[in-house]
Amino acid sequence: MAQMSTAPAQARRNGTAPEPEPAKDSGAGSLLSRALNAVADQAQRRIPRADLDERDPDFIRERLPLMWLVASIWFRGEVRGLGNIPESGGVLLVGNHSGGNLTPDTIVFTLAFNAYFGVERAFYQLAHNLVLATPALGSLRKFGTVAASPRNARKALASGAALLVYPGGDFEAHRPSWKSSRVDFDRRKGFIRLALEQDVPLVPVVSIGGQETALFLSRGDRLARLLALDRMFRLKVLPISIAAPWGLNIGDMLGHIPLPAKITIETLPAIDLRAEFGPDPDLDEAYDHVVGLMQDTLDALAAERRLPIIG
Amino acid sequence: MRLGAHIHVSAPPSAVWEIISDPTRQLSYMSGITRWEVSGEPPAGLGARYRMLLRVGSAEVGGLIELVEFVPDREIAWTSVTGVDQRGRWRLREAPDGRTKVELRLAYGVAGSGFGGWVAEHVAAPTVSAHLRRSLQQLARLVEAEQVRARAAARRTAQRA
Repeated sequence: MAQMSTAPAQARRNGTAPEPEPAKDSGAGSLLSRALNAVADQAQRRIPRADLDERDPDFIRERLPLMWLVASIWFRGEVRGLGNIPESGGVLLVGNHSGGNLTPDTIVFTLAFNAYFGVERAFYQLAHNLVLATPALGSLRKFGTVAASPRNARKALASGAALLVYPGGDFEAHRPSWKSSRVDFDRRKGFIRLALEQDVPLVPVVSIGGQETALFLSRGDRLARLLALDRMFRLKVLPISIAAPWGLNIGDMLGHIPLPAKITIETLPAIDLRAEFGPDPDLDEAYDHVVGLMQDTLDALAAERRLPIIG
Repeated sequence: MRLGAHIHVSAPPSAVWEIISDPTRQLSYMSGITRWEVSGEPPAGLGARYRMLLRVGSAEVGGLIELVEFVPDREIAWTSVTGVDQRGRWRLREAPDGRTKVELRLAYGVAGSGFGGWVAEHVAAPTVSAHLRRSLQQLARLVEAEQVRARAAARRTAQRA
């Protein structure tokens, strides 16, 4: 659902990246490049600007019962360790992501967070641009979902809110089902930089079960590159899965009916990166530490599971 | 959704009151409660506020509550300030043979949640109801055990004298 990487077009719009140098090639290659850039710019224009004010506590509160039904009955959600999240102030929640485009871990955790701390506590989630550009998913913005970009992440944390990010994004959410118990952030370290820059505690949120809601076969990352989906839509993957009701499901653009797999989420104690690694932490060391902790927890959660889906 | 349960405790109302009016003892007998914290002043009595959470299904629900009735040895009522809408009541009444009828009521829901909310309230009802019954049973055991200890202590004191 969410990722921290930023497409060049988005960065240019935000004024955080230089204009690209003119293409040196000519002819058909240049024409194709211009066409891809035009499509990318069109896609970027459809992404709503982040407005933290769009989060609507009353709207969230009124939908909590329905979320509770889905989380409790369909996914038999279990969220542990919410007491590890600091009671107030900005906090960066870093999760591993599972379940394809439907991401049941987000549904279960959003319910748990809002029920535990109350809808009065500002809580935002970063999501893939395409998720927010989809008209049918417009209501997600009222839940506090904003487009994944460093600028939006900084804005949310600077406001003193809790922010949930999934560094692995679509790359991790569509990993094959047999890699369910593997944290795979693809070495994206933006979340470490963000926590240091905003000087907020980092809380790892580890979940299991999402990858059992369908049979995920392949990310299709090569196919995505071949079709230039990354360049046009920031899509690193074109996932292939077997999922209800489609059978063979390519792209997962229309979503799917998730199998009722048990979702278990464990929230780990908050990490103060500067307290652990000194005033100027090494990014790689901090990244390895956080991911290592998350992987150990995920291994423990995987060991608890006796049967797929049943939990 | 309005739920309720009652039990007869072999102790006078004052003994039951001593426990239910003490905010530091809620976790020792309230079933399903994962958090019960005093929030501000006063810590007890009319107007006292607590942050409470009750595990139901996959969430810990509750919020900030405030005591709106506080009649010693008879009645405590609370209502929600934030979180799920709730109104609860402890009701103590003298019963024959020196016993006390203890009633625990809880009405809850989320205003404006529509049909989904109605379904959720009904689905949650058996779990909440079981928590109420278990809380009363645990309260009765706690009060009666304290009564036995108090009587034994009184006997020992009398023997020494």
